[in-house]
Amino acid sequence: MPNIVVLVKQVPDTYSERRLADADHTLDRESADAVLDEINERAVEEALLIKEAQGGEVTVLSVGPQRATEAIRKALSMGADKAVHVSDPALHGSCLLQTTKVLAAAIGKVDGVDLVIAGNEATDGRGGAVPAMLAEVLGFPQLTHARKVAIDGTTITVTRETDTGLTHLSATLPAVVSVGEKINEPRYPSFKGIMAAKKKPVETYTVADLGIDAGEVGLAAASTTVLEATPKPPRSAGQRVEDGGDGGAKIAEYLIGQKLI
Amino acid sequence: MSEVLVLVDEVDGEVKKVTFELLTAAREIGEPAAVVVAAPGTAAKVRESLAAYGAAKVYVAESDDVANYLLTPAVDVLAALVAAKSPAAVLISATADGKEIAGRLAVRTDSGLLIEAIGLENAGGDVVGVQSIFGGAFTVKAKTNRGTPIVTVRPGGVDAVEAAGAAAEETVEVPSVEAARATAITGREPIVGGDRPELTEASIVVSGGRGVGSAEKFEVVEKLADALGAAVGASRAAVDSGYYPAQFQVGQTGKTVSPQLYVALGISGAIQHRAGMQTSKTIVAVNKDAEAPIFEIADFGVVGDLFAVAPQLTDEVAKRKG
Repeated sequence: MPNIVVLVKQVPDTYSERRLADADHTLDRESADAVLDEINERAVEEALLIKEAQGGEVTVLSVGPQRATEAIRKALSMGADKAVHVSDPALHGSCLLQTTKVLAAAIGKVDGVDLVIAGNEATDGRGGAVPAMLAEVLGFPQLTHARKVAIDGTTITVTRETDTGLTHLSATLPAVVSVGEKINEPRYPSFKGIMAAKKKPVETYTVADLGIDAGEVGLAAASTTVLEATPKPPRSAGQRVEDGGDGGAKIAEYLIGQKLI
Repeated sequence: MSEVLVLVDEVDGEVKKVTFELLTAAREIGEPAAVVVAAPGTAAKVRESLAAYGAAKVYVAESDDVANYLLTPAVDVLAALVAAKSPAAVLISATADGKEIAGRLAVRTDSGLLIEAIGLENAGGDVVGVQSIFGGAFTVKAKTNRGTPIVTVRPGGVDAVEAAGAAAEETVEVPSVEAARATAITGREPIVGGDRPELTEASIVVSGGRGVGSAEKFEVVEKLADALGAAVGASRAAVDSGYYPAQFQVGQTGKTVSPQLYVALGISGAIQHRAGMQTSKTIVAVNKDAEAPIFEIADFGVVGDLFAVAPQLTDEVAKRKG
């Protein structure tokens, strides 16, 4: 009966324009439409599949501004049991290390965690490293970029898929898993699920509630500092020709002129 | 001059191009020291090519555990070297494995992590990473505030330049694995690469989009790619329509590429796609729709039928190559 924590994160929609706030070079989260990161929905789905097969409980965990409640509600309406939301203005501008530390502390608030499941890459920061970093902090084995997960007693096996191919992994619970695009197809919340989600408990914590000093997180104490951010001058359009039967030859001519072929 | 550790990316003793890019970037901020964490016998195979790109030292950490456990042996070795050698920075390629190794190393050594750098600068003793974020919409310069800067460098971000290095070998121990916290590797099925270069390593990429129309017709993209010695990419629309496998997807939710030349065939150029390719040095686009946004960023665009233009270009390239 694994006790599962799923990490979810609200990110700006990749189809809308994203900007950095002028004042402090942090992501301007207000300027873009926010969606539940699609990979997070797969993480939630995988947790629900394990629960349906083996029992246990699924807790959703999100660290982020008030807006993250939308992502949490979505996960609860899919079928997660409860949620933990860490929301604190002090977190603004936190680096990957600080975020990881906060996540680890929040996971510590859930009793007897057997499995932590996350998406393999958030589409805003593209760090791709948070699940591995979390495993390092928690001292759990990491089974990341999973396309298949199986649990038998305290043994977890995962098929890891990256650019280089498949790797078969095995470890002992508790463990951290990150799921890839091919793991499953997330379910749509049912009407009943949406109604039930409204009654599910969401515990809200500040960083102080997690035993972390507010001075340790946020932009001022971050392990990295952005010195400058320059919007790239938009690429200007170059030559454009109508194909008059010689389009391919014209490209070849251009490439030869540029010494590219 | 202080050392800059470069984790060597190799497969069966063959060094990946990205490692040469890292060694080149390392020379901007110090003296490159290559770190080989691999199966026994690997260093002997890779030493010469590391020397050719300026590695002054080669730390050799060889053990069977490297192949048997996921990533943590590399983290253990690098953490020990960071403690022993106080390097100016640690550079790791921004691959799936590299990003995770770097993240764990940053936690282990309580160090700042700069992700997906496309260049490094030395600013009065500080290591400054240059990053291109939100698919190239912003160029950001960042530094770390504590520990040893841990930097992942995007493949193709830096042009590899040869330079002679002594490549003096020093053996380093691979710490023993703590089984309860480690992940065992019980099997591998590597992707058997065809003759085409890897998408993120290729200097030319030819991509197809929704305009290609079907999986069968993707052949026209592949033929041009093969004539150019290029990798094949696909837009999200093409992947979602089942024309081409997902591992070739270029864009915000796929791969980020910055080749010398990017050829977009039948790709409209949605933000989602542009995010993955607009840092390419030269962009050529072919699309039927004169209003397609791809033309706004293309250095050379042809408004026309890709099934007429691409084969003609393939022939022209073949002719030129004789």
